[in-house]
Amino acid sequence: MFNVNRQMLTRGALASAVAIPATLFAGFALAQVEGQPTPGGLGLPNMVTPVGLGTQQFYNMVLMPIISFIALFVLGLLVYVSYRFNEQKNPIPSKLTHNTPLEIVWTLIPVLILLFISVPSLRLLAEQVEVPESSVTIKVTGNQWYWSYKYPEDQGGGFGFDQMLKPESELQPGDLRLLTVDNEALVPVNEVIAVQITSNDVIHAFGVPSFGVRMDAIPGRLNQTWFKIEKEGVYYGQCFFICGKDHAYMPIVIRAVSREKYNEWLAQSKQKFASADSRVRVAAESR
Amino acid sequence: MASSTMAGAHDHPRGLRRFLFSTNHKDIGTLYIILGSVGGVIGFLLSLAMRLELAYPGVQIFPGLAEALHGADPSMALDAGKNLYNVFITVHGVLMIFFMAMPILIGGFGNWFVPIMIGAPDMAFPRLNNISFWLLFSSLVLAVISMFVEGAPGMKGFGGGWTFYPPLSSNTGSPGPAMDFVILALHLAGASSILGAINFITTIFNMRAPGMTLHKMPLFVWSILVTAFLLLLVLPVLAGCVTMLLTDRNFGTMFYDPAGGGDPLLFQHLLWFFGHPEVYIVILPGFGIISQIVSTFSKKPVFGYLGMAYAMVSIGVLGSIVWAHHMYTVGMSLNAQRYFTLATMVIAVPTGIKIFSWIATMWGGSISFRAPMVWAIGFIFVFTMGGITGVVLANASADKQFHEGYYVVAHFHYTLSLGAVFALYAGFYYWFPKMTGYMYSETLAKANFWLLFIGVNIVFFPQHFLGLGGMPRRYIDYPDAYALWNLVSSCGMIFVTLSLIVWFYAIIEAFMRKRQAGANPWGVGATTLEWTLSSPPPFHQFQVLPRITGSVR
Repeated sequence: MFNVNRQMLTRGALASAVAIPATLFAGFALAQVEGQPTPGGLGLPNMVTPVGLGTQQFYNMVLMPIISFIALFVLGLLVYVSYRFNEQKNPIPSKLTHNTPLEIVWTLIPVLILLFISVPSLRLLAEQVEVPESSVTIKVTGNQWYWSYKYPEDQGGGFGFDQMLKPESELQPGDLRLLTVDNEALVPVNEVIAVQITSNDVIHAFGVPSFGVRMDAIPGRLNQTWFKIEKEGVYYGQCFFICGKDHAYMPIVIRAVSREKYNEWLAQSKQKFASADSRVRVAAESR
Repeated sequence: MASSTMAGAHDHPRGLRRFLFSTNHKDIGTLYIILGSVGGVIGFLLSLAMRLELAYPGVQIFPGLAEALHGADPSMALDAGKNLYNVFITVHGVLMIFFMAMPILIGGFGNWFVPIMIGAPDMAFPRLNNISFWLLFSSLVLAVISMFVEGAPGMKGFGGGWTFYPPLSSNTGSPGPAMDFVILALHLAGASSILGAINFITTIFNMRAPGMTLHKMPLFVWSILVTAFLLLLVLPVLAGCVTMLLTDRNFGTMFYDPAGGGDPLLFQHLLWFFGHPEVYIVILPGFGIISQIVSTFSKKPVFGYLGMAYAMVSIGVLGSIVWAHHMYTVGMSLNAQRYFTLATMVIAVPTGIKIFSWIATMWGGSISFRAPMVWAIGFIFVFTMGGITGVVLANASADKQFHEGYYVVAHFHYTLSLGAVFALYAGFYYWFPKMTGYMYSETLAKANFWLLFIGVNIVFFPQHFLGLGGMPRRYIDYPDAYALWNLVSSCGMIFVTLSLIVWFYAIIEAFMRKRQAGANPWGVGATTLEWTLSSPPPFHQFQVLPRITGSVR
C-alpha cells in the first residue's frame, strides 16, 4: 500500500510541477464559470441570487476594505515604532503611560466602525432569514451520505428522489469530480424557492456558495431557507457539516431552468420516480 | 515567617519522588510545560498528516496510515482512511486546545510565575496542584486511547470534530466506546482545570505580598485571574453537557435525541456556552504574557494599565454571552441572530484597546529586539489578522457564506495557531533563562521565529481564498478547483516542521552550552518580581515576603 502511495505521490508531484503554473494562470485568465468553484480563485464566487449578491456586496464593498485597512494600519504602526523607537535611535525611553483623550479615541472609533458595519449587516440578515412568499417549495433531507429531495404534490410534484455522487469511474467529460451527481434537482429560474431542510440521521448542512445559502440539516427540526436564482445554469454545493466518513462525498446540484422546462421535468420525473421508493436508488436511468 | 525551620521541613526531594509527588509550583509548572510540549508535538504530527493528504486532490496517504495504525483490512482501507482523517481532525483539535495551549499557558507559565509575580512562596493548595496535573495526564491517556477503540460502526476512534455534536457522537453515529473515552477524558481535563482555577483564584486573592494590591498586580497575573474565573464558570457546563451525552449513550436518556423529545441543539448551546469562553481561556494568558514582554523590552511601563486589565475582564464577560455565533446556520430566530451579531462585534472594542495599548507601550520606548520581543511583535500582527476576520464572521449575514468553511479555519488558526502559539513561544523564550538558569541562543530563537512566522502564514493565508471560494472544512478530498491553494498551504508545513526542529535544537543547545543567564538577563525593563530572584529560582522562594512599595508592574 505504501509503495502505491509513494508512486502516486511522485506522479502527483511531477504532474503538479507542470500543472501549478498552468492552474495559476488559468485561475486569473479564465472567467469564472458560474455555479462551480474557480481554480485558484481568490474571492467570492459569482453570485446568482439576491441574497448572494447582497453577501458579495457586503463583503467586497464594506468588510474587505475595512479589515484590509485595519490590518495595514496596525502593520504600519508596528513597523514605524520598531524603526523609530529602537534602542539605537531612542536610547532613553519616555515615561508616557497615560493619555486619556487618545484612549477615548481608540475606543470610540472602533465603536463607530462597528456601527457602520452593522447597518448593512442586519439588513442583509433580515433578507436571508425572512422567507418571502414562494412559488415552489422543496424539501431536502440529509442522509449518511447523500441528499434526498421531495417536490410537493400540490405544486405539480408528488415525487422524491435521492441525489448521489457520481463515482469517479463513471465521470463523463465536463463532469466535475466530487461535485457531479446522478440526479440533479431542478428549480425554475427567477422564482422564489423555499427550501425545507432536515436530516434522517446525523447533522448535515446544505450549502450552495453561489446562492449565499448555508443551512444545517438537523434531525427533529425543519429548517427553512430560500433562494431566487436569477440566471439559468447548474449550481454546485456540498455538505457543510461533518457527518461521518463520507462527509466530503455528498455534493448538491441544483439546475435552474425556465418555467416551461421545469414543468416538463416535473411531468417526466413524476413518471420516473413514481414507482420508486424514495430510498431506492434510481441512478441508472437518469442519463 | 519561620524561614529556616520551614526550609528544613520541606527539603528538596530528588528523582521520581520530586516529580511524581511534587507539590512545588515550579516543578508542577515544568511538568505541565513538558506535557503540553508532548501534546503539541503529537497534535502537530496529526496536522502534518492532514496537510500531506490535502496537498493534492484525491485520497493518498490515509488508507495506508489506517492500515499501519489500526491494522485495517486492505479491502476496507479507503473507508478506514476516510474515518481516520476525521479522527485526526478531532484529536488534533482536542490536543492543541486541552493538551497544548492550556497546559503550557495556564498550568505551565501560570503555575511558575503567578506565585512569584505576586510575591508568594507557592500556590495556595499545593497538593491540589499535584492532583490537577495528574488528572490532566490521565485525561491525555484516555484521549489517545480513544483513537484505537471502535467508534463509528466498524471504525476506530471518534471522528466528529472537537465539538462532538450529537447525533454523530451519540449511538446513532458512533456506537462504539471511543466517544465514551473522549467524554471521560473531558471529565478529567475539566476537573483538572476546575481545581487549577480554584487554586489560582485563592492564591491571587489571598497570597499577594504586602503592598501588592490588585491594581499593582502584573498583567499576566490579571490574565490568569480572569481565565481562572472563566474556567470555573464554564467548565461545569461542559461537564453537564457531556455527562448528558454519556447517559444518552449508555443509560437510555434522550436529552439530545429528538425521537424521545430531546434536542441536538441543546448540546450545541451547552457546548458553545463553554466553548466560546474556552477560546478566550486560551488567548487571555497570551495577552498577559505579551503585555509583560512588550513592557520589558520597550523599557516602559505598560500603557494604560487599568484599561488593559479591565479590557481583559470585559473580554471575559463579553466572551461568555456570545456563544451562539457558532450556530448561525442552525435556524435561530432573526432576533437571536441580531443579538449575537451585535454582542460579538462589541468584543472587537476591548481587543482593539489591547492592540493599541501594546503599540502605545512601544511608542516612545527604547526597544531592544531580543527574541521574546520579536515573537511578541509577531503576535500583535497575526492576532490582528485573526481578529479582523473575526469581525467579518461576527456578522450572521456574512457568516452564512463562510460557516464551516476554510475562511473559519483560517480565522481561528490565525488567532490560536498563530496568536496563542506565538504568545506561548514568546513566553517560553522570555522565561526560559529564569526557569533553567541558562541563556538560549538568540540566533536559534530568531530562526525559530522566522521559520514559524513564514510557515504559518503560507499555511493559513491561502485558506482565506479557499473559504471565499466555498471549500468546506473537515474534507479529506476536495473538488479539483481548490488544488492550487491547498498545495500552497501544504508547502508551508515545510517551514513549520523546520521551525519545530530548530526549537528542539535551541533547547538542547542551551542546556549543553550552559551560558549562565543571571538573575535578570533583560535589564532595566524587567521590573516584575521573578527577576529579583536567582535563575533558576530557589526551590522555595520568598521565605521573607517582599514588600511592595512603588510600582512593580
